[in-house]
Amino acid sequence: MFTMISLVQPATLDEAYDVLMKSKNNTILGGCGYLRMGSKRISTGIELTKLNLNYISEKDGFVEIGAYATLRDLETSPILNKHFNGVIEKAVAGIIGVQFRSMVTAGATVFSKYGFSDPLTALLALDCDVELFKGGRMPLEDFLSRPFEKDILVRILLKSNGRKAVYKNFRNAASDYSILNVSVSRLDDDFRIVAGARPSTARIAKKASALISGKFLQSPPDEALISEAAKLAQEELNFGTNMRGTKEYREELCRVLVKRAIEEVLECK
Amino acid sequence: MQINVSINGKKAAYEIDNNEFLADTLRRHGMLSIRKGCNTSNCGLCTVWIDGKPVLSCSLLAIKADGKSITTIEGVQHQAEEFARILVEGGADQCGFCSPGFIMTVLAMKNELKNPSEEDIIHYLTGNLCRCTGYMGQLRAVKKYMGVE
Repeated sequence: MFTMISLVQPATLDEAYDVLMKSKNNTILGGCGYLRMGSKRISTGIELTKLNLNYISEKDGFVEIGAYATLRDLETSPILNKHFNGVIEKAVAGIIGVQFRSMVTAGATVFSKYGFSDPLTALLALDCDVELFKGGRMPLEDFLSRPFEKDILVRILLKSNGRKAVYKNFRNAASDYSILNVSVSRLDDDFRIVAGARPSTARIAKKASALISGKFLQSPPDEALISEAAKLAQEELNFGTNMRGTKEYREELCRVLVKRAIEEVLECK
Repeated sequence: MQINVSINGKKAAYEIDNNEFLADTLRRHGMLSIRKGCNTSNCGLCTVWIDGKPVLSCSLLAIKADGKSITTIEGVQHQAEEFARILVEGGADQCGFCSPGFIMTVLAMKNELKNPSEEDIIHYLTGNLCRCTGYMGQLRAVKKYMGVE
């Protein structure tokens, strides 16, 4: 069981950050969905309810997701559902159950860079920035490649530029973790192919994305090229083995799911 | 520390520990309908509503309920009885251990979804794992209760 010596609910981000930096074992609390299953030792837990970060709004060409918006908020948000082909809803819908999704937060899922994360894969396929209190605003892709550093994720920003995306995953059973998940997005003739739960954190398949970008605007979709891109994604990303699946199994899944996702995103209007 | 909540429509102040989850707070104050079935945030037996939304009270830190309105099955006895009657008539009730959490999720679904499809119902109930009388019997009863046979 975890231990937590003290618990604070700061009224400002400055205050929260000060407490966070005061001791090595001071920790920002998200939805705490995993807290009971671990043996984390927390000196001071920093609970952010009073910062009013539970919102999803749209302004200046971006959809903004506050760090304390829950996965259920993402799933049922009318704003998110009218953008990106509803990909965020599809990416979170398979996570445990309604009750769990009503507690766990978008910010914690992204900040923790969970390898098994479903929403992270879909977010990475979109034009997504994250804003950290100290580190500032940066593309999600940059954030994921940085080494872990203490900070507070304040909000997630998605450019509402008409990008359409598709989300695919493979699970052994409903509500289990994904063995592999894939998201492919398209903005005009620019494609982005992402795979997550490899089982490591979601990553963009750059070569595969480049291979099909700029190809389909004039000519009809070329099945051989789609298959080639799916194979390239399988080759350029690294996969691993864990209790849910082997490296080889994930490679096969990646090829199949990427192919299906490209075919489907080509149909998105 | 102390949290101030509305519990089933009545104001209450509870003394809590830092490490405390809401299920333990509520059980300590007599709401024994709340069960902890799995210890892994999966089974849904501990479901209560926070501001009308179903959550897992076994995994929600008690402090997160501060200032919120909590509803347990003790607070919705009339609706719970109505659904329980349909469950029993359909032969879809057995030991009853998981019933409070299951019923709280079904009632929340009734409040949230209008005219759901079978797929919508299954999706909403995925987070409740104990189904000892069988899946189909419960689904028939839920559909009857939702008025979508």
